[in-house]
Amino acid sequence: MKTTPLYEKHLELKGKIIDFGGWNLPVEYSGIILEHEAVRSKAGLFDVSHMGEITVKGEDAEKYLQMIVTNDISVLADNQIAYTTMCYEDGGVVDDLLVYKYSSTDYLLVVNASNTEKDYEWLNNNALGNIKIKNVSLDYAQLALQGPEAQAILQKLVNENLDEIEFYHFKSDVNVGGISALLSRTGYTGEDGFELYFASSEGPKMWDMLLEAGKENGIVPVGLGARDTLRFEAALPLYGHEIDKDVTPLEAGLGFCVKLSKNNFIGRNTLSEQKASGLKRKLVGFEMLGRGIPRNRYEVHSDGKKIGYVTTGSYSPTLKKNIGLALVDAEYAKEKTPIEIVIRNKNVKAEVIKKPFYTKKYKK
Amino acid sequence: MKLLKELKYVESHEWVKVEGSKAYIGITDYAQDHLGEVVYAELPEVGATVEKGDQFVVLESVKAASDVYAPLSGTIVEVNEELADSPEKINESPYDAWFAVIEMSNPDETQSLLTSEDYEKICE
Repeated sequence: MKTTPLYEKHLELKGKIIDFGGWNLPVEYSGIILEHEAVRSKAGLFDVSHMGEITVKGEDAEKYLQMIVTNDISVLADNQIAYTTMCYEDGGVVDDLLVYKYSSTDYLLVVNASNTEKDYEWLNNNALGNIKIKNVSLDYAQLALQGPEAQAILQKLVNENLDEIEFYHFKSDVNVGGISALLSRTGYTGEDGFELYFASSEGPKMWDMLLEAGKENGIVPVGLGARDTLRFEAALPLYGHEIDKDVTPLEAGLGFCVKLSKNNFIGRNTLSEQKASGLKRKLVGFEMLGRGIPRNRYEVHSDGKKIGYVTTGSYSPTLKKNIGLALVDAEYAKEKTPIEIVIRNKNVKAEVIKKPFYTKKYKK
Repeated sequence: MKLLKELKYVESHEWVKVEGSKAYIGITDYAQDHLGEVVYAELPEVGATVEKGDQFVVLESVKAASDVYAPLSGTIVEVNEELADSPEKINESPYDAWFAVIEMSNPDETQSLLTSEDYEKICE
């Protein structure tokens, strides 16, 4: 089992440790609902050091990445970030990732922990031109500081004005209480916040500093449980749930990061065809009308037949309702369509509703 | 971990309170702590018969669904309707938050239940 540089801290804080794709990580400390509410109302600190970091450098870096990812990264300014998917030829998703642009010859990719090795192999197998690809995951610790108080807390530790870091932008080599870090205005909770990347050896020190700085702001450490409910309420996709090798980004509602107008990229032909002929499946939000909690891969029925499956479902701590995301046949994707979720062999009534379930509070 | 001496226990973390031919069933403090915040309890129907070891209740925490097993055989004669609207009581007060009352069909089965001391050792 792999551990992050914060493992001892999680034990000290009595985090409930689980096996998360081969990583020992805390699912919760004080309770998922409590942690969830703290992020929505104040601030939460997440250890996301298990995420993968891969650098792509060289004179053909931009050309290469344009071919690998579905979004158009040629429009990025230096120090800007793009969320994107990376697809197979058949349109299925290899991974979703963030592309950090230092310059057109120097990029940092942040990928899902469980996909890091697969992605690294995919990137190498499709390499072209003069580029160098390096998996630097172990060099970095990564923390996410999220919530309405995030900026106020981080500002206590840095001299530079954090207002200058705009949404989906970053600043590198920032002195955070004596530790050099990259700060980006990103996160996966639907709240304003920052992600911090720095030398893994500084993990425990940075963690303690942020918790101490945020004490009076009501900061709490947050585990994987609330990370999932937070991203789910904001309808942010999770690999292995909303997207995977058998689901295209268009089906998952991620058309905004598929730029068919740019030059050729892997998966473009299939995705173009899919768009032209109309989507057969769509990702929808739904609310349970009957009792029960929908879970990943539960069947969705209508008119007595299977029309899809649940990708994520949960009790929503913010809405205090049982809701879910499901990939269903397109004809059932309209709001208010009655559907049924099969929970332990019983068909329980539900209804298609608008997503996201929670309006994102990003600072634009 | 809180334990009540007067109750009986099962290795699978249920508690049992025997009153004559009836038995009240719930989950232990240890179990509720491991489950996390319970947000839904699916209870059995009154009149249903259960065999010892049957899955007869499902508890849903934010993260997952967990099965609860019947510690004794018999007929469900009462369920705790209060839990339908207030599943958090299972976390707040696990020894008051009983799920169901079983009218035992084989009272000898109570012989196999654990004392609080025995159960405590299992949890260590």
